[in-house]
Amino acid sequence: MKTKKILLTILGIGIVAAGILFAADHADSPTITGKTTDITDVYAFQSPTTSTNMVFVMNTQGLLTPAATGAASFDNNTMIELNIDNNGDNVEDLVVQCVFNNGTMYVYGPVKPSSTGSKSIVEGTSSISVGVTPYGQTAVIASQNSYLAFAGPRDDPFFFDLDQYKKIIAGTATSFNSPGNDTFKGTNVMSIVLEFPKSLLGATTGKVNVWAEAKRKI
Amino acid sequence: MKKYSTLLRSAALMLSLAFLFSACKKDTTTATVNLFAGFTYQTEDQMARPAINTVFNAAADKDAFNTTIPSAMGAAFQSKFQAKLLGLNPAYTTNALGLSANAFTTLLATDVLTVSTTGTTTFFDGTNVLTGRALGDDVIDTELLLIFGGTTGASNPGLTSDKVSANDKTFLTTFPYLATPW
Repeated sequence: MKTKKILLTILGIGIVAAGILFAADHADSPTITGKTTDITDVYAFQSPTTSTNMVFVMNTQGLLTPAATGAASFDNNTMIELNIDNNGDNVEDLVVQCVFNNGTMYVYGPVKPSSTGSKSIVEGTSSISVGVTPYGQTAVIASQNSYLAFAGPRDDPFFFDLDQYKKIIAGTATSFNSPGNDTFKGTNVMSIVLEFPKSLLGATTGKVNVWAEAKRKI
Repeated sequence: MKKYSTLLRSAALMLSLAFLFSACKKDTTTATVNLFAGFTYQTEDQMARPAINTVFNAAADKDAFNTTIPSAMGAAFQSKFQAKLLGLNPAYTTNALGLSANAFTTLLATDVLTVSTTGTTTFFDGTNVLTGRALGDDVIDTELLLIFGGTTGASNPGLTSDKVSANDKTFLTTFPYLATPW
């Protein structure tokens, strides 16, 4: 019993119907599950169209069914923040802050934060702003000075046969199926996509460390 | 505290309105109004590499992992991650990257994503490892391989791939790259 409990705890007990389902980072803790501060995934890659640019994707509010997506929104009290460490000490040297006001996303930075750590204020002046794309409409893209911004619902790009993994962890299966079944098939996320020149990252060693934080107004 | 916060909010709003008004009078179209001045925001969730909190932390540690600053994560979570790794794969010695249980969990416990600013950006593409994360990267297979695949990646063949190798929609070739929602 104890072993089983521990095993289940490794992944958490996923109850899809209730929306409690643990994945890339989807609903990874009960505290943030179902909230606008739940980050599901972070992506960082060189722009496929402009090699001098970097693209950052920060997805939130995962496992949205098509029926639930229209009502999903970004929260005026939530900041989604990209943290950038450019000298290898895992402390943010620059931040890119995404904050929302009545259907518009305002992006601040990359900018040196006035203090590091778990509390932030919005820094400096806005680099770019973009209207949040409504569900079912063509993507609204803001673009200025090689800086592009998007916010709105998108297909969740994450894929994983999470259900089978849970069975393996629970001891009711011994291997994955072939082919597997993507547990995230047909679900959406509230996505933030930013693209800007790599030169803004302040990298001197050919690399940076990044992570996303979701912060709530206190 | 609440009152103070309300006061600040009102002050910020008044300043914003004043700025907006003066900006209008001067016919300045580029003026930026900081709607967010005077507020403090506090971390509730954070992540970099996929599935780390999900796989390696017990329920009691998940909130702490989501709010511990990365520079403090190694000291707080490495030993727990190592115990979890050896629980998942008791036969673990090193993985395909040549990392011992200690070295691998030291890497994972500090949850940041290293991104190359000069070369290929991928979680793993067969050659480059942990130089970013592209949309199509099969990050779960990479992690399963490193956890269960042993020194050569050939151990536990039923556990080193979930046999889902691509997204359910095709990504776009131009910004914003992610596919339209369902």
